[in-house]
Amino acid sequence: MEDNKGYFGGFGGRYIPETLMNEIIALEKAYDFYKNDADFNRELDALYGSYAGRPSLLYFAERMTKDLGGAKIFLKREDLNHTGSHKINNVLGQALLAKKLGKTRVIAETGAGQHGVATATAAALLGLECKIFMGKEDTERQALNVYRMRLLGAEVEAVTSGTMTLKDAVNETMREWTRRVSDTHYVLGTIMGPHPFPTMVRDFQSVISREARTQILLAEGKLPKAVIACVGGGSNAMGAFFNFIPDKGVRLIGCEAAGRGVDTGLHAATITKGEVGIFHGMKSYFCQNGDGQIAPVYSISAGLDYPGIGPEHAYLYESGRAEYVAVTDDEAVSAFEYIAKTEGIIAAIESSHAVAHARKIAKQFDKDDIIIICISGRGDKDVAAIAKYKGIEIKE
Amino acid sequence: MSRLTDAFKGKKAFIAFITGGDPSLGKTVEYAAAMAEAGADIIEIGIPFSDPIADGEVIQRSSLRALKAGAGVESIFECVGKIREKTDVPLVFLTYLNPVFKYGYERFFNACKTFGVDGIIIPDMPYEEQAQLKPIARDKGVDVISLIAPTSEDRIREIAKNANGFIYVVSSMGVTGGAVEVNAALNSAIGLIRAATDTPAAVGFGVSTPEQAAQISRLSDGVIVGSAIVRLIEESGDGAQDALAGYVRAMKRAISQ
Repeated sequence: MEDNKGYFGGFGGRYIPETLMNEIIALEKAYDFYKNDADFNRELDALYGSYAGRPSLLYFAERMTKDLGGAKIFLKREDLNHTGSHKINNVLGQALLAKKLGKTRVIAETGAGQHGVATATAAALLGLECKIFMGKEDTERQALNVYRMRLLGAEVEAVTSGTMTLKDAVNETMREWTRRVSDTHYVLGTIMGPHPFPTMVRDFQSVISREARTQILLAEGKLPKAVIACVGGGSNAMGAFFNFIPDKGVRLIGCEAAGRGVDTGLHAATITKGEVGIFHGMKSYFCQNGDGQIAPVYSISAGLDYPGIGPEHAYLYESGRAEYVAVTDDEAVSAFEYIAKTEGIIAAIESSHAVAHARKIAKQFDKDDIIIICISGRGDKDVAAIAKYKGIEIKE
Repeated sequence: MSRLTDAFKGKKAFIAFITGGDPSLGKTVEYAAAMAEAGADIIEIGIPFSDPIADGEVIQRSSLRALKAGAGVESIFECVGKIREKTDVPLVFLTYLNPVFKYGYERFFNACKTFGVDGIIIPDMPYEEQAQLKPIARDKGVDVISLIAPTSEDRIREIAKNANGFIYVVSSMGVTGGAVEVNAALNSAIGLIRAATDTPAAVGFGVSTPEQAAQISRLSDGVIVGSAIVRLIEESGDGAQDALAGYVRAMKRAISQ
């Protein structure tokens, strides 16, 4: 779908300092080769199967289905992957590629810490040095994940520039990459950034919909009416959507973080409220002011707290193939509690945004219709923050 | 003919950077005029951006101060208008692509022409993406300055051949404000540029002392200084005028020997 300069329709491209250009071109060439290389794919599949725990389950949420009284709800359980989220799909691919490129060190940004933990894990597994950049505010919101990364042998730097959240972690990781490009690969965590990252990360994440499509056909003999996933940068959503894109009857619904509400100024609803811009290596939608300054964003979920969205989502939105809705903190927290009590699954607060939207629309469907929700990660990391949100103090 | 290229005629050029609006737009006018008076051959005015990914901490802090003080694209154009009342020194904008894109390329370069801006440097827009604005800029007489890095290697020839105004040679890996590295890679990059074009090549990133400037001017056509100047403003705020003039004079002397 993307052209050879990495554009999806009018979105994408490659907007980075000259210092990185030859490295990015080398990465693109290497990826173009290895994505069709039988040995590389065998190695990656072996890691998916023996290490990450793939295929992940497609689970029929019977109690939720009954309770909501509409479509049959299926959950794609990326939370059951090793390291507890979909992030492992991408990092195993990129870490393998980094080794093929002769790199000895990987760096990455992280918001909630899921991608940082996954990168540190892959680095430990493959014997690579690892440094993770995380906004200082996020290191406080997700202190346990910081400790996890250190336990896995990674160095974690708390980023104190700007708003001290995910976008600043990306800035700092890009700066570090320009300093150390000779021995370092930047394991970008989502389908954003300069070409080839949006395409490459999407390919690694598309295992989600490849499995889900096969699984639902096997279980139900037909395709779903809708696939719902949360969207920050958009990697789990892109992975969950990708193999359903040609199936025109399948609605693809991305759930952005509305924070305290899209009209409060405290949100991260990029498609709903953002405008087209050029930042972090790509042309896409961004939350920004009239002068093109990137806006501070907010969400209870550190993983969705990002002012941009991957260029392929921007394209799916503009072409009308996918729809994007905004879900508030309150709705997400309520869904977090709901799915725990109804299905015995503690889902990530990010994924709970998708659950919240499914609760809203399930009734609009017939009882024979199917909705698949991507549960992108597990919610253990969020328990303390949710308790705090509810005014409950927990002492560990 | 490019006023920027002319600034290198018969001499080594000293190019001084300040962030527009740090500490205030009024001071930017005074400081730019003072640096021109002290001998700066080209002045770069930074249009501050919220997320300057190619800049180190000094210019990051400066950008935030300028944004907090209310600097924006529109007000910086007004500021340029006032600078133009005091000096005809060649002026170049340095900014990231999003503020220019958001303002609209046509409208932006029209304003550059109106207020007398001679060129623009956009560190997050590599050569391959220049086509979307270069014809518009050229139509308004604005040079889009290309950057060449120590890692550019096989890209140098193509970039240099199509360069306008001058070429910004990035001296070291990383972001602005690091330490300059006068090494084989820099020498070889400049050699490749010289073989491809007559467009002058100026070296920046990490240059701060007169000694470094003198060393670099021996192998290039000019020297670009940003962080060291911004640091003087950070230290002296509203009262940096004499320090800036003194610094520019010392640097200009060092490269003119």
